[in-house]
Amino acid sequence: MSNLEFDPHEYTGTLDKREDHAPGDVAEESAGHWVLNANLGLGFSVVLTVASFWAAGAHWIWGPAVPMALIVLAIAQMGVHLVYFLHITTGPDNTNNVLALAYGVLVVFLILAGSVWIMAHLADNMMPMDKLMDMAR
Amino acid sequence: MSDYDLPAAIATLRRVREDPNRLGRRGHGDAGPALGAGHGATGPASKRVIVGYGFWIFLLSDIVMFSCFFAAFAVQREATAGGPTISDIVDLRRVALETAALLLSSYSCGLSFAATNARNRLWTQVFLAITAALGLAFVLLEAQEFYDLVRNGVTPQRSGMLTAFFGLVGLHGVHVSIGGLWLATMMAQVQFKGFRTEIVHRLICFNLFWHALDIVWIGIFTIVYLIGAGS
Repeated sequence: MSNLEFDPHEYTGTLDKREDHAPGDVAEESAGHWVLNANLGLGFSVVLTVASFWAAGAHWIWGPAVPMALIVLAIAQMGVHLVYFLHITTGPDNTNNVLALAYGVLVVFLILAGSVWIMAHLADNMMPMDKLMDMAR
Repeated sequence: MSDYDLPAAIATLRRVREDPNRLGRRGHGDAGPALGAGHGATGPASKRVIVGYGFWIFLLSDIVMFSCFFAAFAVQREATAGGPTISDIVDLRRVALETAALLLSSYSCGLSFAATNARNRLWTQVFLAITAALGLAFVLLEAQEFYDLVRNGVTPQRSGMLTAFFGLVGLHGVHVSIGGLWLATMMAQVQFKGFRTEIVHRLICFNLFWHALDIVWIGIFTIVYLIGAGS
């Protein structure tokens, strides 16, 4: 045995040797940890999904607030999936994953918000069809 | 003493032992922050990390593509051209079933990877089979939905809204179908090739793919179906 104060073989018997983590993959953890994560993810997801379907049919929520409530619930559930199913964490081994995700979210936001914003303005500034027909006469 | 004196692999092993939760600090002693973990001190990442990370980048680009279809639907929502509106074509009961099937398949997929990590072929196959069955149920429910709509004359060419609807929902359905083919391939590979390194890498990627599809479905059932049903 060398002058190491621990046994390296204890840690190399499992999968590859790893430094960083890729999403959906956590090193040196037992199957039980994965099962726990899956259970927690399923539990939170079921609660949020049921809440979504229920909020969509609820009549005592102020009508215009329902879409916003649904979007908030959806974002929460996406967060649950990222944490419990994809194993994205805030740890230093996850920096690259989180940065890539942040860039993806930025692009998605630009595409969605930009399209909706621009097209809504376009629709607002468009002359109503009947007036357009009147002018053409 | 410094970890720079040790070969990288040993420094990593030491770090795993001293810093199991990867918090970047040591429990005791006057040593500096832990090496590795993306700080460039332990050499290139392992193939497993590179494969998973590369697939993660692909998935993000896939989600960006989905966001274009979402944007198209959001913009075209009112463009019904006198045809059926989105609230006319939503069947919430079927959507609830589809959502349950996909969520449970995601769960069972996570369990299959737990079994993979434990190198248990039987349970890996059992959970992958459950994942496949639930994914198939999802695809069949969606096919039934499309069939019912088309039979009643609600086709993609009827209005801008329906083009965007069939485009977005159909694109997701195609993803799930192709994922199902991939899943069947993985089951065969696990059976006949066992838990070789590259097979495990493929299973990691498949897990990521399947969970990402569920994330996209959250967006679809919220934006298209639930908000659509209420409008």
